[in-house]
Amino acid sequence: MTATTATSPQTSAAETPLPPALQDATRDDASLRRFLRGLPGVDQVGVEQRAAGLATRSIKKAAKLWAIDTAISMVDLTTLEGADTHGKVRALAAKAKRPDPDRPDTPQVAAVCVYPDLAATAVEALEGTGINVASVATGFPSGRTSLDIKLADVKIAVDAGAAEVDMVIDRGAFLEGRYGQVFDEIKAIKAACGPAHLKVILETGELATYDNVRRASWLALLAGGDFIKTSTGKVSPAATLPVTHVMLQAVHDWHAQTGELRGVKPAGGIRTTKDAVRYLVAVHEVAGEQWLTPHLFRFGASSLLNDLLLQRRTQADGHYSGPDYVTVD
Amino acid sequence: MGIFDYAPAPESRAIANLKPHYRPFIGGEFVDGSGEPLKTVNPATEEVLAEVNTASTADVDTAVKAARRAYDRVWSKMPGSERAKYLFRIARLIQERSRELAVLESLDNGKPIKESRDSDVPTAAAHFFYHAGWADKLDYAGLGPNPKPLGVAGQIIPWNFPLLMLAWKIAPALATGNTVVLKPAETTPLTALVFAEICQQAELPPGVVNILPGAGDIGASLVEHADVNKIAFTGSTDVGKLIQRQVAGTAKKLTLELGGKAANVVFEDAPLDQAVEGIVNGIFFNQGHVCCAGSRLLAQESIVDELLAKLRHRVSTLRMGDPLDKNTDIGAINSAEQLAKIKGLVESGESEGAQRWTSPCPVPDKGFFFAPTVFSDVHQSMRIAREEIFGPVLSVLTFRTPDEAVTKANNTPYGLSAGIWTEKGSRILWMANQLRAGVVWANTFNRFDPTAPFGGYQESGFGREGGRTGLEAYLDV
Repeated sequence: MTATTATSPQTSAAETPLPPALQDATRDDASLRRFLRGLPGVDQVGVEQRAAGLATRSIKKAAKLWAIDTAISMVDLTTLEGADTHGKVRALAAKAKRPDPDRPDTPQVAAVCVYPDLAATAVEALEGTGINVASVATGFPSGRTSLDIKLADVKIAVDAGAAEVDMVIDRGAFLEGRYGQVFDEIKAIKAACGPAHLKVILETGELATYDNVRRASWLALLAGGDFIKTSTGKVSPAATLPVTHVMLQAVHDWHAQTGELRGVKPAGGIRTTKDAVRYLVAVHEVAGEQWLTPHLFRFGASSLLNDLLLQRRTQADGHYSGPDYVTVD
Repeated sequence: MGIFDYAPAPESRAIANLKPHYRPFIGGEFVDGSGEPLKTVNPATEEVLAEVNTASTADVDTAVKAARRAYDRVWSKMPGSERAKYLFRIARLIQERSRELAVLESLDNGKPIKESRDSDVPTAAAHFFYHAGWADKLDYAGLGPNPKPLGVAGQIIPWNFPLLMLAWKIAPALATGNTVVLKPAETTPLTALVFAEICQQAELPPGVVNILPGAGDIGASLVEHADVNKIAFTGSTDVGKLIQRQVAGTAKKLTLELGGKAANVVFEDAPLDQAVEGIVNGIFFNQGHVCCAGSRLLAQESIVDELLAKLRHRVSTLRMGDPLDKNTDIGAINSAEQLAKIKGLVESGESEGAQRWTSPCPVPDKGFFFAPTVFSDVHQSMRIAREEIFGPVLSVLTFRTPDEAVTKANNTPYGLSAGIWTEKGSRILWMANQLRAGVVWANTFNRFDPTAPFGGYQESGFGREGGRTGLEAYLDV
């Protein structure tokens, strides 16, 4: 493996052999099913109570400033619209480089996230900036296509120079209990990614239960996903705090069992600084302090960045400035 | 130091509207008590908060007379629908003054502001709202036709939930038509005296509620007073036994809510992460100063190591410190005396061979603090498995089968509460039927609601508070 740099995730999926218990889990379809169904359940009332409790943390002053800058550096600035154009992507790339032109000390975002056909444009616009290009792939957002097409989609992204690939799992297969198929697909896509880092979108809004979220998280981790990501942003509900809690717990437990660090990316529906800070508190207290880095935690968001910038100015200036003081791209 | 250190976020102590002197409340007025004044201390800083004028035995008599007069002339004759109006008014005033009450409670008791703000004060208001609804419906409570109040109720409450225990006592007493003489705990009298102001604001008829700060001797003379018809006590089992001896042979009705050593039983098929939350909530809520605290963790042997690893990680994230800081999870132990008791029992646990683990969280230099502690390898014969510690100390025991879990859970002279953690619904129902505990929580812990009766078995006391059942304790039926 290459040495870690400031911009490439330091995770290293499936680099070292898994502990025997986890190796057994992936032996065949039946073992995988037994393993996933044997995971401890998630009590809905309990996890929602815990998430609501942690959300009452009061983050002020220096801690808030740190949280805002950290959150900015964790943003995957995203545009995933049918109407996306080269111009739109270049504008987003410019924003990623200099989120607040008046304040050059504002950190850069972690990555720009686009559709595969626009990845090349983003790569060109961000060359030499240290900002990664993430491309969705695998028939995003529904994933309802054949493996061949999904692999071809990944190839487009990787060939264009995307450093990160955001894939979607086959939720239909997962809900039918065909875990092996989902596992094999993630493995195949991970292989097709080459050096690019793989984020596995679970689309938790379609999995519906926290038990399913936990199983899908472990399935993606076992198959080699570098990140587990909540949502495409195209399904409601997208990211929620309790769902993210379950996923943060999964990467924490994965680390405890394997020593490997894997990341989490909530995406969709996180629009305010207040929300972002709540997520950071959850990262801090559920997964642990070492996940408080863009290598291991990202926000998939578009409008969040401007609210972070407004709050950053408020902290510095002592008063609010209006939405016309940040750039709208 | 970590990379994400939360800056202090203290609630302003000015909100508590702290006064230098507080006085007893008798017959609708604040009066000078003739007892020795006491100084109430902030357990987080050991500084004196205020001087409180206390009642003497003579003042107890004055207060009981005031309560009797109010009972005979006004309160017992007032239609339930009118009594309800006062209770609703009190409930709303508690809500209006909730920040003041929360900050004052945290100052005087040492509990974290997030608990006084999100739990104690709202639940206290909820008790008044709930009982206000009953005041005109007592005929339909299933306790027989035309149930009558008892008369004057003497009520003695502990220091762990000062305002909430007051609400548990006063709301049902007033709803059922009784008048009250209440003695708050010696170390935490302040919110009760602000509640007295609320009674004035609500224009509650004078004498319906009387509040007498003082030490145990004032409680004893209240219990002994010949013109008291009912005694309600929450506190230690030792004092409960004394009270029961004192009222024996009299016509006084008695309810006691005493200590506990609750088992929190975690089966191998439990939702483990939420069980960890429940264990933490069960024993570290309010620094473990909770009579129904889940102080004995019974974990199935097949998962005990995994559970303990998760538990230690979680407990090490608990933040101990200034009770007024909104991010504090564990506040101060209420008194030096209680801290000494906790330390003594922890020493006994170590000398009896249990494995001690204490959270590495920083401990403030001043004030009464005790870091969250988990003892594993605890056996039934050890003191820390049998005696109530009333502090942030958990004893972890193991079991192999459901039957053994039931046997060990019930193997205590107490019986206030219990918790069951399993995804198997049939086992929850089976266990709940086997456990000798007044409250059994399933896949949760320390949840309180005015509609749910609360009370114990054996040395945890008798009588129920809350719900329809709780009305019976204040009615002649």
